[in-house]
Amino acid sequence: MAVETTTRAKLRWGLLDVIVVVFALVPVLWIASLSFKTSATLTDGKFWPREWTLDNYRTIFDTDQFVRALINSIGIALIATAIAVVLGTMAAYAISRLDFPGKKLLVGVSLLIAMFPQVSLVSPLFEIERQLGIFDTWPGLILPYITFALPLAIYTLSAFFKQIPWDLEKAAKMDGATQGQAFRRVIAPLAAPGVFTTAILVFIFCWNDFLFAITLTSTERSRTVPVALQFFTGESQFEDPTGAICAAAVVITVPIILFVLFFQRRIVSGLTSGAVKG
Amino acid sequence: MSINATPAGADVAAEAERPTGRHAAVPGQRAGRRPRPPLSENKRAERRLGWLLCAPAALVMVLVTAYPILYSVWLSLQRFDLRFPDEREFVGLDNYVTVLTNQFWWTAFGVTALITVVTVVIELVLGMGLALIMHRTLVGRGIVRTAALIPYGIVTVVAAFSWRYAWTPGTGYLANLLDGSAPLTERASSLAIIMLAEIWKTTPFMALLLMAGLALVPEDLLKAASTDGATGWQRFTKVMLPVMKPAILVALLFRTLDAFRVFDNIFVLTSGANETSSVSMLAYNNLIRGLNLGIGSTMSVLIFLTVAIIAFVFVKLFGTAAPGSDDGERR
Repeated sequence: MAVETTTRAKLRWGLLDVIVVVFALVPVLWIASLSFKTSATLTDGKFWPREWTLDNYRTIFDTDQFVRALINSIGIALIATAIAVVLGTMAAYAISRLDFPGKKLLVGVSLLIAMFPQVSLVSPLFEIERQLGIFDTWPGLILPYITFALPLAIYTLSAFFKQIPWDLEKAAKMDGATQGQAFRRVIAPLAAPGVFTTAILVFIFCWNDFLFAITLTSTERSRTVPVALQFFTGESQFEDPTGAICAAAVVITVPIILFVLFFQRRIVSGLTSGAVKG
Repeated sequence: MSINATPAGADVAAEAERPTGRHAAVPGQRAGRRPRPPLSENKRAERRLGWLLCAPAALVMVLVTAYPILYSVWLSLQRFDLRFPDEREFVGLDNYVTVLTNQFWWTAFGVTALITVVTVVIELVLGMGLALIMHRTLVGRGIVRTAALIPYGIVTVVAAFSWRYAWTPGTGYLANLLDGSAPLTERASSLAIIMLAEIWKTTPFMALLLMAGLALVPEDLLKAASTDGATGWQRFTKVMLPVMKPAILVALLFRTLDAFRVFDNIFVLTSGANETSSVSMLAYNNLIRGLNLGIGSTMSVLIFLTVAIIAFVFVKLFGTAAPGSDDGERR
């Protein structure tokens, strides 16, 4: 009897699992499917392509427009991630290990910024960046990205740092390790997963941004892919931009899917550790 | 003492200055432990180091948010249209009167509020279901968790394009289920699709936050309730929900504020046609298409105030359940 109930329960859960997976994947598969359709079958309304082609991918990689945008996206996201993680690590270390006045204030401020309506910054930043001459440049986007990535980085990292058994460092020193060795061999390996997870989350945030990218850029010089997709539609150099848009969309989706596949566990713990410790 | 700015050096320096014995103290236990003696040299060094390490992050955050928002208050008090820069002048609250008596603003405000309320409610229900599945499923937990993360990770614009083509007559597999109508050209159906896209994209995030709350529910409490004859629904409402309350409030707060900023999906799906603009969309249009910095800034300030009010109400209603209490010193 017991075995039977478990099987039934398993089936029920399995069914729910399938529903979730289908719900999550259908829009992704659909845009991928569109990107492989030939221009003749693009509008046939079928979910799966009848004829497969790589033409759309060839088209986008042949145009400067997409390649530039891809370089911009990668460069801007990487630089912003690196800076945000370094600054975030310093602050999180101080928050989790040192005692100093103003600590609560900093945590409060970063919480406020996490909830800040980004669109409120669009008008003033547009004007400020124009005056400073960084409108439509990489730094013009990197700066707001760092700002909004920092709260995320600080929360995630300080949650991680609090779990590190710092006594180990002392133990290593007692066993004759120098301070440098204790840090390199004991603390750094323990802290690395947290830093790495944070880097992934911050990268995803920068990679996904659309609002800042569309308001603070105006040319291919600094346009990122999510924004460049919009301009595929507006220009006539593609006969039918749908296929090209879908191909470009798939290209920028692949890295995210890889991250999710490989680091699922870490991403989940990173996202939830900072937010909920109530 | 010399202070090294790298975390590695800082770590070593702090360690060297630290008096023995209090090394393992949990941060939460330190504050107010005993009347403060005059600051020792060690203590002062620790403070200095703490400030030094936090300064860059704090500086960037304040410079890129506080200064611009103050600047936008200043801009909002001026007539300032980049197409007519010579006509720039101080006009007091005129811009606010213009915006607040404008029907487009209120339509956009209504659309934004509707999208926020509907999506957050549906996401809470679906997110709870998804969290329960991810937490308790007997089979394929890894697959479900990975699949559920994909909508979270995906670029919103990409997902929006996927939905747009799905509902485009001729091209889309979903549009073909309808009898030849074009749902993205009508207001009600456009709004429904925008909400669908929002819900698809952000339910996983809601679910993750709720799942973290679920993990706090003690398993033996559920077993005890079960032994006492509680039904599944009773266990859910009487045992799980009370324990999860802080997690639910955090998730609601984050999602409400996030939903209020809805922009990407509307931009791609309708560009605000047929009165589907959100306030963010309207502010964007006034700034980039209209180049009207005065009006654009006025909207920025109004959106900021609205979000501040929402956040304030949440925090007032729910007190210290707000995130940030996790540093252990706030309660």
